[in-house]
Order: sequence, then C-alpha cells, then structure tokens
Amino acid sequence: MQKYSESEVFKVLQTVMDPEIPVISVLEMGIIRQVRWDEGASVLHVDITPTYSGCPAMEVIEQDVTAALVKAGFKNVEAHRIYSPAWTTDWLSTEGKEKLRRYGIAPPIGDAQSLVKIGARAPDEVVPCPFCESARTELRSQFGATACKAFYFCNECRQPFEYFKPI
Amino acid sequence: MSASKNSSVGPKGATALSGDPALFEYLLRLGDDRLILGHRLSEWCGHGPILEEDLALGNIGLDLIGQGQAFLALAASVENQGRSDDLLAYFRDERQFRNAQLTELSKGDFAFTILRQFFFDCFAVLHTEQLQKATQSDLAALAAKSFKEHSYHARHSAQWVIRLGDGTAESHARISSALEELWSFTGEFFIPDDIDARMNSVYGTPLVESLKGQWSAQVRSILEEATLKVPADCWMHSGGRRGVHTENMGILLAEMQSLARAHPGASW
Repeated sequence: MQKYSESEVFKVLQTVMDPEIPVISVLEMGIIRQVRWDEGASVLHVDITPTYSGCPAMEVIEQDVTAALVKAGFKNVEAHRIYSPAWTTDWLSTEGKEKLRRYGIAPPIGDAQSLVKIGARAPDEVVPCPFCESARTELRSQFGATACKAFYFCNECRQPFEYFKPI
Repeated sequence: MSASKNSSVGPKGATALSGDPALFEYLLRLGDDRLILGHRLSEWCGHGPILEEDLALGNIGLDLIGQGQAFLALAASVENQGRSDDLLAYFRDERQFRNAQLTELSKGDFAFTILRQFFFDCFAVLHTEQLQKATQSDLAALAAKSFKEHSYHARHSAQWVIRLGDGTAESHARISSALEELWSFTGEFFIPDDIDARMNSVYGTPLVESLKGQWSAQVRSILEEATLKVPADCWMHSGGRRGVHTENMGILLAEMQSLARAHPGASW
C-alpha cells in the first residue's frame, strides 16, 4: 500500500486524459473537484463532476481515474459523481485551453456568466480559427460532435473546426 | 441510463433526505419531463433534416436524459425503498409517470419537434432559474446544472422557430400547423396543485403559476418575430402530473422499456 501523498495523486490524475479530447487531462478539464483520503478505512475518494448532464464519457472517466490510481498503488479508490457546484468552462486551466487550441478546438472565450437565456441570436463573439487565427469564421451549428462543443467554419483557411462553448 | 454506484449530489456524499412524499412526486415530475422528452429527441438520431440538426437534437436529448437520470436518482434516494433510477425509468407503468403530456406527444415533423422543444425550453429555463434557490440543497444543485443547459437549448430552439416561421411558405405552413396542435398542451406546466403548494412552503420552490406571465411574454415575442399568429386563450389539456396520459405514452414506453424488461437486471 502506497503512503498517501496529495501531490502523488495529482501527478497520477494528470496522466488520465479526457476520452473525447485525449490531449487534455481530467485535471486540466477541471472536472476533478476534490480528492479525500480516508486514513482509517484506507480509501481514496475522488469527486468528479460532469461537464454536461448528458456527457456519455462520465463512466469511462470514472473507470480510467480509478484504474490509474489503483495502478499507482492505491488499493481502494472510490469515484463519486457530484453535481454541485455545476461545472463551468471557467475551470479549464490556461494550459488546458492552449492544448485545446493546438489540437484544433477553439477554447472558450470570455467568462461563462454572460450566457444569453432566451434569445433569437447567437452572441456576437468572434471565435478565431484554431488553425490560422483568422477572425473570418462563422457558426454552423451550436451543437458539434459532443454537447460541449459548437461547430464552426473558417472562411479564410476553409477548415471546419469545433469551439468549446462557454457554459 | 446506468448510474454510477457512488452517485451523490453534494461534495460531501449522501445527504440526509427526508422521505417526504411531496418531494418524491416533485422529483418524478422533473425527472419524467426530461426522460420522456429526451427519448422523443433520441428518435431523431439518424433522421435529422441535416447533419447539424441530427447532432443537435441528439445532444439535447442526451442532456435531458442525463438530467432526468440525476433527478430520478435523487427521487429514488428520497423514496428510500431500494428503487434505483433505472427501476424508476424502466419498471414503472404508464399511470405512474408524472411528465406533462406535451413531452410525450409523437415527434411529428421537424417543425413540430422544434416548437414543442421551444415551449418546453422556455418553461424549463424559467423554472430551473428559480429552483436554484430551493432550500433542499440537492434539488437546488441539480437545478443549477440544468439551468445552464436549458439556456443553451432555448437559444437553439428559439432560433429555429424564427427561421421556420419566417422562412418559406412550406416551413411557415408546417410550423403553423404544429402551433395549432401543440398550443393546448402548453397550459399543463402552470397548473397549481397541492404538491406545488407544499414544495413552495417547505422548500421555497417557485409556484408554477407565477412563471406563466414571463413564459407567455417570451413565447409571444419569439412567435411574433417568427411571423406566427399567437393563439388565443383556449381550453388546455392536463393530467400528466397525476399519471393520466395521451395515447402516445403507452407506445413510447413499450419501446423505451422493452430492452430493460426483456433482460431485467442485466448490465454491460
């Protein structure tokens, strides 16, 4: 049994990638909310929050996190799914955002509180192309391959790309 | 749906829940609206009019089913009779479902699906916005999570209502006929009853009647922008909250529940 060290746990979690966006770790996504060590029972508790309620990757993420920590020597690991406080793209780390951009996904712009509630039009924000940085891009669909991304097109380099929506 | 074994709402794990039957009923309403409408949206998978909308409807459906799962899991723990969210979703019969009838209607054409979604999204945004202030912390947490997602959904459906209404003669005709069919199903969300009153006094949840004015104003402004004729007040369907459903519901459940019932207790 490995002796508990918080920095060791975070080092392991940094190696667990988001299954949908494999260049960014679960830590950089901001979905690991808390790690607790129960000394008496020798159980490591990990609180994980979903990005969207409908995120189909949650079970895989819980399994990956548990497996990585077990492999690192923690015998008893329990993943907990928590809903509060609700995840926001404001929790994506700066490095995480840069990794997204290099992977071809435009990172969220601005803070998530400026959401339009019920409105007819998309916000006026300009989403620069992650490939050529051009501002001549247009929204094609608010929903991309996953709920957390919108689908954009760059009129400069003629590439479709995804935009990680602020929420 | 298959919930995490260790699913819990608050960061500290299981919260002491009261076993209050009104709270259980209320959570069924929230969960069933989302589960049933999410299922209707899933029927579009592979049938969307364009690829982008196929993905959009699928994603919105996933959000709603995910929310529904969380509300039903909370309902199950409030009930405290050993039932899980899966049992509530797949092994209740028609009369035990508490969704509003609007959510169960057959998916119809794209205009019908979009307009129904718009009516629901507007209600859900207003409802969950207030529900975040509930004094039951698990309920408030799920409301906060759902509120953000409903906001996105509402933006999508409102844009489409305008585009279809103020579009071609064909799209205008289709969404007009959807409006005629759907309007009398929009009143059910705002009918007060004992559960609503009790939840308001015990947990500070919003009285549904109090949301109606804002809902009507928002819906009216989008319908007008879509060049659609806002319907006059009329008789409204109701009954879903008491387990009385339309003829569409049995067919939906037969499909949604058949796999789970053919293999009870099966897991991946």
